[in-house]
Amino acid sequence: MTGHEHSQVEVHHKEGFIRKYIFSTDHKTIAKQYLITGIIWGFIGMILSWFMRLQLAYPNQPIPLLEKILGGWAEGGILKPEFYTALITMHGTIMVFFLLTAGLSGTFSNYLIPLQIGARDMAFPVLNMLSYWVFFAASVVMLISFFVQTGPAGAGWTMYPPLSALKNAVPGSGFGTTLWLISMALFIVSSLLGALNYITTTLNYRTKGMSMGRLPITVWGMFVTAILGLLSFPVLLAGAVMLIFDREFGTSFFVPSGLVLGGQPVPHEGGNPILWQHLFWFLGHPEVYIVLLPAVSIVGEVLATNSRKPLFAYKICVGAIIGIGALSMIVWGHHMYVSGMNPILGEIFVVTTLAISFPTAILIFNYLVTVWRGSLRFTPGMLFALGFLGLFIPGALTGAFLATAPVDIQLHDTYFVVAHFHFTMATAAAFGMFAGVYHWFPKMFGRMMNDKLGKIHFWGTFIGVYLIFFPMFFQGIAGVPRRYYSFTEYNFTSQFIGLNKFITIAAFIAGAAQFIFLFNFFWSMFKGPKADKNPWKANTLEWQADSPPPHGNWGPELPVVYRGPYEYSVPGAEEDYIPQTASIKVEAK
Amino acid sequence: MSQNQSKFHGLLFLFFFILGSIASVWVVLRNGWWLPELASDRETIDKIFVTIFIIAGILFVLSELALSYFIFKYAGDARRKAFYLPGTTKKEILWSILPGVLVVMILEISAEFLGGASIWGKIHGEPPKDAFLVEITGEQFAWSIRYPGPDGKFGKVDPKLISYDNPLGIDMSDEASKDDIVFPAGEGVLYLPLNHPVVLLIRSKDVIHSPFIPNFRVKQDAVPGMVTRTWFVPKKEGEYELACAELCGLGHYRMKSLVVVKPMEEVQEWLSQQTPAGDIYW
Repeated sequence: MTGHEHSQVEVHHKEGFIRKYIFSTDHKTIAKQYLITGIIWGFIGMILSWFMRLQLAYPNQPIPLLEKILGGWAEGGILKPEFYTALITMHGTIMVFFLLTAGLSGTFSNYLIPLQIGARDMAFPVLNMLSYWVFFAASVVMLISFFVQTGPAGAGWTMYPPLSALKNAVPGSGFGTTLWLISMALFIVSSLLGALNYITTTLNYRTKGMSMGRLPITVWGMFVTAILGLLSFPVLLAGAVMLIFDREFGTSFFVPSGLVLGGQPVPHEGGNPILWQHLFWFLGHPEVYIVLLPAVSIVGEVLATNSRKPLFAYKICVGAIIGIGALSMIVWGHHMYVSGMNPILGEIFVVTTLAISFPTAILIFNYLVTVWRGSLRFTPGMLFALGFLGLFIPGALTGAFLATAPVDIQLHDTYFVVAHFHFTMATAAAFGMFAGVYHWFPKMFGRMMNDKLGKIHFWGTFIGVYLIFFPMFFQGIAGVPRRYYSFTEYNFTSQFIGLNKFITIAAFIAGAAQFIFLFNFFWSMFKGPKADKNPWKANTLEWQADSPPPHGNWGPELPVVYRGPYEYSVPGAEEDYIPQTASIKVEAK
Repeated sequence: MSQNQSKFHGLLFLFFFILGSIASVWVVLRNGWWLPELASDRETIDKIFVTIFIIAGILFVLSELALSYFIFKYAGDARRKAFYLPGTTKKEILWSILPGVLVVMILEISAEFLGGASIWGKIHGEPPKDAFLVEITGEQFAWSIRYPGPDGKFGKVDPKLISYDNPLGIDMSDEASKDDIVFPAGEGVLYLPLNHPVVLLIRSKDVIHSPFIPNFRVKQDAVPGMVTRTWFVPKKEGEYELACAELCGLGHYRMKSLVVVKPMEEVQEWLSQQTPAGDIYW
């Protein structure tokens, strides 16, 4: 429990540039590598969405600039439909996996777990380094797929076969999909290495006095996330390998007999396309919570610290996180109500899906009570944490429509779904990530980020997100299907031309606000005012270490923990916070 | 940070959510529930939808207003200490669990007891024996349509027989095939009888498609290698659009078909004017 092998002082020799910044085994450096790679992917994903929005706002209107940027993909300035399907595929893949899984978990699990439990590093530092570099390899392969002749994968981030299994079903299903599958296989290996490390470290490397009941909510969130990843990612890995076999070696896991594609018979026989959907969503739904739980737990930590109040009902919150994690493994079928799956199975998934609203509602209510009668301090991190609540609430409530199977018949694969998941997991998780970056930046880089720019970034993003995605609920209710290259073909979709232009403008404004963040991030890294050890007057252990903490994190002695992480504004205490390392007794009045 | 600056963010949140709530309510009052006009017997879906819409709408407005009011009201003040509320007593724990119980109960009631389970069972259950049969087959990027003809039975199909002249691979040695009426991809119209149950048999030749008729609240994936089925009763005469709802390739966005609902006699008359398969294929 206490990590005896760490209790002796470790002397760290001066390291060369490569050992220190590139092939580092220091969990803090690896976290920064994940963060910066994640930010790069985030910007790539965002710019892809700009191209999509341009096409939806101005269908069939030549935009000469597009041809200059995209070349053959936008001949005459008009985006090709096959490139549009590649855009939706890559936007989804990049945002869900590379930004909000690797970028979010990779950054904050790596950075916070050892620091918040009082360890000197991860349990397996070399494995940790390997995890980043395998992720880096996955990133390189995914990036290369943009430059192959037939373009990147184009069957949607869900990769449903036969569209993804037959190489000429869509141009992106050629070499682009092969690279997509290889990249995802590498990505999953990287996630598994990370998850093993996070779980082992949390269980075995807690410092003296840091019982499981005293772990900050962030560590609980990352811990449950790691368990979810470890249980569900291998299933997608198996699916990806089977799909590679179907594509390259003539097996038929997912392709049935008797298909005729473009007038040519397909040689496969005996497979079932719905099998892939089960395998995919068995990861795919826990994945939503792999993205969400780190964000939700970061938000809990930031809310408590900046409300100067204990996290309301800490134990119930931890229970809710565990409950969400457990239930998330048995709800995947709600993505498949109209897939041709057995309808009785559908009804069962309705019940499990509605059940997951129980822990979720508890968690959000507890967060609201945490804010209630606090003494709120509006740092940019706090604003993003509050913004998270503001986005997550409509996201979670609209889940009730989609969970109800008969209503899902109408709403499935429409913009209602697009709006729903962008609120619940996409932008909400991004807000959690922003909250984390603003909150822990002083610890990571030893400097403060600019407060004013942070606030402008927040309001630009928050209002922008609402203007982009809220109208999409109404479009979806009206039946507008998602993944459409243009809405000019149907009467029931072409009524929204004006609204689509509005959404596109909002997307460009919200996107532009991200460049304020980019500037603030890199400028503050070098020019920001120096941060002291504990700028937010927070209780958790990392704020007792130097800013930034040295390799090995602590001085000669490991910190000792005497209390829980959320003793804010305790009546009778001198200050409104009591660090976990303080051994004083407080007499409540 | 100064007190004024703190209040500023609270005000902004309040302003944003009050404005947003008013705008949403106005949009609903002006345009209704935004659902396309209902033209089938699936009104239960609309009923459940509207119920959840109202409940979720109220919860949305209440919780967002509570959130922004808290942000405004409890903005930091150096003179005031936060209220210490760890939430560890039995009473407080009960309070924290209660809203979860309430939300789940409300959702379960609206989803299941307002007829969610029974309409789901009806849609997937046995259709009436005298139902009007029609088969729709998806391929990149159009729909083929087949009617069973006077015998009410579809002839056998075999993918090996698919050719340019026989796009569905109909086995002409099967007696039931001869009177089938076939429209190759993109050339047919889904002619449906008014106030009469319709069974839609759904197939796909290549990848997954999903016929979606927004006005009927009908959507069911077309899965290659399987025949899926859905049934409903068209309730309004007129022309409707059928779209593809599952990404099927670069032409996904234009995989359209026309649906026409007419009284039974007119549909029968129209069918009798079409050439049966036996006269085209051999």
